[in-house]
Amino acid sequence: MGEDAPSQTPGEARAPVLVRLPPHLVVLFPDAEPRVALQAGSVAEMVAALDRRWPGMRARICDETPAIRRHVNVFVDGRRARLSTALAPGADVFIITAISGG
Amino acid sequence: MAQQVFILVGTRKGAFILESDGARRDWTLRGPFCETWPTHHVVADPASGTLYAGGGNEWFGPAVWKSTDFGASWTHSSEGLAFEAGQTPVKAVWSLAVGADGRLYAGVEPAGLFVSADGGESWSHVEGLQNHPTRPEWNPGGAGLILHSLVLDPADTNKIWVGISAAGVFATEDGGASWEPRNRGTRADFLPEGQNYPEFGQCVHCLVRAPGGGARLYQQNHCGMYRSDDGGRRWESIEQGLPSSFGFPAAVHPRDPDSLFLIPLNGDIKGRFMPGGNTAVWRTRDGGANWQAGRAGLPQGDAYFNVLRQAMATDTLEPAGVYFGTNAGALYGSIDEGDTWTCLAPYLPTITSVETLVMER
Repeated sequence: MGEDAPSQTPGEARAPVLVRLPPHLVVLFPDAEPRVALQAGSVAEMVAALDRRWPGMRARICDETPAIRRHVNVFVDGRRARLSTALAPGADVFIITAISGG
Repeated sequence: MAQQVFILVGTRKGAFILESDGARRDWTLRGPFCETWPTHHVVADPASGTLYAGGGNEWFGPAVWKSTDFGASWTHSSEGLAFEAGQTPVKAVWSLAVGADGRLYAGVEPAGLFVSADGGESWSHVEGLQNHPTRPEWNPGGAGLILHSLVLDPADTNKIWVGISAAGVFATEDGGASWEPRNRGTRADFLPEGQNYPEFGQCVHCLVRAPGGGARLYQQNHCGMYRSDDGGRRWESIEQGLPSSFGFPAAVHPRDPDSLFLIPLNGDIKGRFMPGGNTAVWRTRDGGANWQAGRAGLPQGDAYFNVLRQAMATDTLEPAGVYFGTNAGALYGSIDEGDTWTCLAPYLPTITSVETLVMER
């Protein structure tokens, strides 16, 4: 198992996290939205929730390590995060494509 | 019956499609498709006309794109297109092939083979290839450890040949469960003297299968051009008469197993241009015994481009069309089997692959 393995902390009734998706990820899924509010207690749970909403999105954000892809960055409340990073209620999440990948 | 001819072009910035009628004189260009993802290979299922494009995006990983309306709309998937957890992740799809049974195969970087039984919606790893005992010793070529050539047998769906840079040619006759190297007779000039004919580790550049139902294969290697008449068990050099032993693509004639098209370059350490900056596609009509250069209509002098390994193809018409795309983004076509050439699209991105589809309407 990779060091970036997801935590399994169950989400509880709490303020949703707000996730911003990069435009070139949004265009890959016909009905995706650039801003989405969802319930998640960790980045891994957030990715799973995105994948439930738009099947296949997890594979665009994560590889099979499992880890966030090398040229994708996830920022939580302004700090770079990993799959295991916990999300506080109401957390502000940005998924950003790194300039190194372009 | 009217014919519709498509040239499927993979580029570093998406897929493009050129379309014409059976005369092949007036072409319309559409694209870019696949959200301008780097696209290594675009192929068609000739039975259905479904298009598949394989590639990989530095941000979002590998995917196979699919269009059932000749490119008007595309979807993508990579479900199952992953090695086991903890392994080096799949970076990109490099090659695609549609089997006679409708199954779709994908070769990836790092070298591995996947199969889809549902038209590219989901994928399974053909683990037998990676389980080969030589796997830990496979070394990457200049473009990475890539499975770039994927050859299927239309008469026996259990037979598959793959070309891996730089592990060489491997073949299975049991649908992918077990594999054996098939490189006997091909050189590895880059190894120490006396070790130039290893069992595996050759730098195959392109592997193609001759038509006609026989066991003939051709390959362009980093170190020579070769023909095999026994499914790759033994290879014979056919480079005599060519201006060099180095090149990337190879394309077979749609009906004549003795005809082959190659694009020799000036060697691997001199810029990898066509000799003298003169563009030429070389053709044999006798299995590699004799070669003729086709130059009419192609740039002569000061032409410093090359043609990548998957960027030449033929169509199925009579006479056969031949098409190639350059790393400088120009697509050329011949409708007289390589005698004369026309530039069909001068300003595409770097062309990584060329394939064709002919539909009867």
